[in-house]
Amino acid sequence: MTIKEIQDEIIDEFSMFDDWMQRYEYIIELGKSLPLIKEEYKVDENLIKGCQSKVWLQGEEKDDKIVFTADSDAILTKGIIAILIRAFSNQKASDIINADTDFIDEIGLKEHLSATRANGLVSMIKNIKMYALAFDAKNKN
Amino acid sequence: MLDIQKIRADFPILSQTVNGKPLVYFDNGATSQKPQIVIDAEVKYYQEINANIHRGVHTLSQLATDAYEISRGKVKVHINAKHAYEVLFTSGTTHGINLVTNGFASILKPSDEVIVSSLEHHSNIVPWQMLCEKTGATLKVIPMNEHGELILEEFDKILSEKTKVVTVNHISNALGIINPIKSIIDKAHAVGAAVLIDGAQAVPHLKPNVQELDCDFYAFSGHKMCGPTGTGILYGKEEWLNKLPPYQGGGEMIKEVTFEKTTYADLPHKFEAGTPNIAGGIVLGTAIDYLNNIGFENIQQYEHELLEYATKRLLEIEGLRIYGTGKNKASVVSFNIDGIHPYDIGSIIDKLGIAVRTGHHCAQPIMNFFCIPGTIRASFSFYNTKEEIDAMVEAVKKAQTMLS
Repeated sequence: MTIKEIQDEIIDEFSMFDDWMQRYEYIIELGKSLPLIKEEYKVDENLIKGCQSKVWLQGEEKDDKIVFTADSDAILTKGIIAILIRAFSNQKASDIINADTDFIDEIGLKEHLSATRANGLVSMIKNIKMYALAFDAKNKN
Repeated sequence: MLDIQKIRADFPILSQTVNGKPLVYFDNGATSQKPQIVIDAEVKYYQEINANIHRGVHTLSQLATDAYEISRGKVKVHINAKHAYEVLFTSGTTHGINLVTNGFASILKPSDEVIVSSLEHHSNIVPWQMLCEKTGATLKVIPMNEHGELILEEFDKILSEKTKVVTVNHISNALGIINPIKSIIDKAHAVGAAVLIDGAQAVPHLKPNVQELDCDFYAFSGHKMCGPTGTGILYGKEEWLNKLPPYQGGGEMIKEVTFEKTTYADLPHKFEAGTPNIAGGIVLGTAIDYLNNIGFENIQQYEHELLEYATKRLLEIEGLRIYGTGKNKASVVSFNIDGIHPYDIGSIIDKLGIAVRTGHHCAQPIMNFFCIPGTIRASFSFYNTKEEIDAMVEAVKKAQTMLS
């Protein structure tokens, strides 16, 4: 599936929820089921420091795609990470670079990306794109 | 007895809903809400007397200058300063502290020492670190115990003839602990050190008496005490303010300027370069009047009731731990729930209309001491109610259920 198709699928899933509580409960579930990041990747070099919650992100090239694993110390942040990983992991670098992230607004999680939350998510998206840019540049050389 | 419903009616913002729920505003430690009388005074200034101060001979300029100086006089009386010119208008506590640390840059030598406390807000740590980097002086820290209380015996050990400045907050922003500042000031003076008190978290709850305290500097913000944002006061003893060089150069702060030499204006203007927040300065006086009309004794008594009630109710929640368990506390409860990140609780109770602060509260050394990423901080004001505390407790319980 393309990133866009996955994002549409996520929007579809979230449209079934009537209120914020159902949405949050689902995100908490996603957070709990996020595959564990390898301990060796949970190091300071992979740490994205937010003001409130920490996010670890690791990207690896597999075949011609990038595979991301991540973790956070806050469960809501972790749930949103799970959504981002679902959308962006196992995709081609060029597709990741060109993908947009508006679907986060559409599933009602906009406030988690606002500057005041400072929870590392904005930086996480930035870092996902940075990984893609780096791999893309490397492969062109 | 305070008529809380009548007081609440003074604050238009309190009657609104957030996320479809009645607003419960418990982030007073970050900034207080403003009563209508303060909002009106700001509007009235711009509608009726807006002009630059201390400059024009025209009537409006005179009116604005008078109003600004009357406000300075109100602050002088409020904090019991000896002279009105010891009261400097600033943009807030941070500005006041930086004004002092900047001044000390020309006084400190590499062999000197500065003492801060482990309970400080970053704004009362970083400027002193910068000062020490600049001058080569050494920064020392008064440690705290597990109740969040400063250990005065340790303070005695690090205090010496080398100590030139001691800086400590009156009330800790992260934990709400009221520090024994009188004792700290007296001990520091005994070795000839100057003392700055960061009063940002104290002024909403009490009336500092700077002469009785005998502190050399006392800095606070207007916006935490029902006044406008971008306002603040630095009190400094006359002798110290005369000793420190100006912070910023510009208009207003000069006596005479030639290209060869400029002589500086007398106090307080020496430290008030440029056009200040005139409206804010005037309206800070209105806010102080408002608080004094309610009465600080009444405020303290009622807020203490809120603190005791909130502490009791929150401790009913299983796995909840309060940080800052010292006896002498302002109406602040900083807490966490076992195994749950404060960000998660804060995000969920926000959806339920509860405004609290989560995070490290710009006091990372305290969080490191307790080995936690942050806390949830509920800080109460005299316009809050026990019913609101009940609503918060219910919201926290709901969040706990959702998250565990």
